[in-house]
Amino acid sequence: MQEAYIRAENLYKDFGHVQALRGASVFAYEGEVLAIVGDNGAGKSTLIKIISGVLTPDRGEIHIGNEVFSSLSTRKAIEAGVSTVYQDLALGNTMDVTSNLFLGNELSRFGFLRKKEMKAEAEKLLESLDIRIPDVTQPVGNLSGGQRQGVAVARLVNQGGKVFIFDEPTAAMGINETNAVLTLIRRLADEGYVVIVISHNMPQVFNISDRICVMRHGQVIKELRTEDTSMDEVVSMITGAAGI
Amino acid sequence: MKRFLREHSYTLLLVGILIVTIVILSIASPYFLSWKNCRNILNQSAIYLVLSVGMTFVICMGEIDLSVGAIIGFSGMIMGMLCVAGVPSLLAVLLGLMVASAIGFTNGFLVSYCKINSFIVTLAMMTILRGVILVWTNAKPIYGFSDIFTFLGSGKIGPVNVPIVLSLLIAAVGAVILHKTVLGNYCLFCGTNELAANRAGINVRKYKIMIFTICGLCAGIAGLIVTARLNSAEPLAGQGYEMDAIAATILGGTSMQGGKGNVLGTVIACLILNILKNGLVLLSISSHYQEVLTGAILIVAVFISESNKRKRSEV
Ligand SMILES: Nc1ncnc2c1ncn2[C@@H]1O[C@H](COP(=O)(O)OP(=O)(O)O)[C@@H](O)[C@H]1O
Ligand SMILES: [Mg+2]
Repeated sequence: MQEAYIRAENLYKDFGHVQALRGASVFAYEGEVLAIVGDNGAGKSTLIKIISGVLTPDRGEIHIGNEVFSSLSTRKAIEAGVSTVYQDLALGNTMDVTSNLFLGNELSRFGFLRKKEMKAEAEKLLESLDIRIPDVTQPVGNLSGGQRQGVAVARLVNQGGKVFIFDEPTAAMGINETNAVLTLIRRLADEGYVVIVISHNMPQVFNISDRICVMRHGQVIKELRTEDTSMDEVVSMITGAAGI
Repeated sequence: MKRFLREHSYTLLLVGILIVTIVILSIASPYFLSWKNCRNILNQSAIYLVLSVGMTFVICMGEIDLSVGAIIGFSGMIMGMLCVAGVPSLLAVLLGLMVASAIGFTNGFLVSYCKINSFIVTLAMMTILRGVILVWTNAKPIYGFSDIFTFLGSGKIGPVNVPIVLSLLIAAVGAVILHKTVLGNYCLFCGTNELAANRAGINVRKYKIMIFTICGLCAGIAGLIVTARLNSAEPLAGQGYEMDAIAATILGGTSMQGGKGNVLGTVIACLILNILKNGLVLLSISSHYQEVLTGAILIVAVFISESNKRKRSEV
């Protein structure tokens, strides 16, 4: 088997007297969707915040590709190709799809934007990711939630992103939107990217993931291949009924 | 075509208002459309136009600059003092513009690095500049400049006044910068979502400072025109002009929330406001009504542009 692209090992993180992580380890591979599941407060968000450099762990190591970090900043994480997809924090609603896609990586000559080339590139990129946006000159604020998620992802791909983390990506989305986002997530993995998804929705987890990582009380208590397990089994692990 | 209409519907509305205003006034006064009067309108508009172009950038970025009127007075005074002290006119102009830019830079620095609200920073800057002007000049005007200097305010290139050429040039350059360059793009993006721009690795502070500096420079150029035209640096020159510039910018379709705006709209709005002013004078209606009218137009215009936005967000 190929080596894990992300190896977070033995992470500890306290918030005052709350031990959010107590020696959590997680591995994520290229070309696969890893679902992280667990009850509220299990430490899922804390774990991915550490991997994407938003929080620094009290102890533990993060391996990304060939590099080892004992702590990350968001900038270092982005340079290493790791980013969390936050659609609402990442996009400028009044700006068009192209400007959003190329934010920080504009194609320009002597400070002048090469709008035509950017538009063509944007259309190509969106098409390669199967993100359907008919008109890239419209403001992002006019798009659906699923399309917005797509634009946020496409920008990260364009920046050379390798690892995409989604924390409850479909919370508060309708069925069509949700399906669009799930398709996108699957697509990213099929393109060879590393994808990590946090979700509470079991059917969704079983629909898109290749592996499931179950967290409980700040630890990863089990890693499973999705095809080798069942919803009942995973739910019993989450609640502690399985006795692990 | 559909996209053109969607993006420019408000600007087209402004063009419509402009045309209707011109038609009504030309019927009401036969003198209105004479070349002399048109030139007069453009010449009067020049100062506001230059000022409003700078203001458009600042408002697009979601900030405000209340100090531009005071910068007119301050930079005019600097240029006047230097001219009177025997400094060559063009050098005096250059130094005055540099001072104006430096004031803009300071505004930008205080807003971005010290994280003070731009309303407060520029309000304070306005007060400080006015105070300094009064202290330095004893509230007396400085006058008597060289021909080269006054040429910039009241000279003509062929049949048109220098300020008209200058202001149209600045509007064109401003439009190109806002809509065609990385700087303009970042200006708008920081206005719509500063955090996102920051996260994408854009040096938001640097761009904020650049935008305020541009606005300061525009105010300095307006100061040059005012001073050169009057052949006198008046301590109170430019007082209240910031409000005209803000009104023209907002009427032009720039969003007070930032992230949306266009220079063409600002130019048309500026013309509408100045044409109204001129028309009321021609019809010998008291200029006080003009202020009432400006205020009313502004409210209606913003209401229309906001209701467009509401419609869109309901879909
Ligand atoms: N910034 C914080 N300050 C204090 N406690 C926190 C903070 N973030 C998370 N916690 C606590 O850490 C634990 C794990 O939180 P979190 O990682 O958000 O869980 P999950 O995402 O699995 O629901 C919870 O008990 C939570 O209250
Ligand atoms: Mg969480």
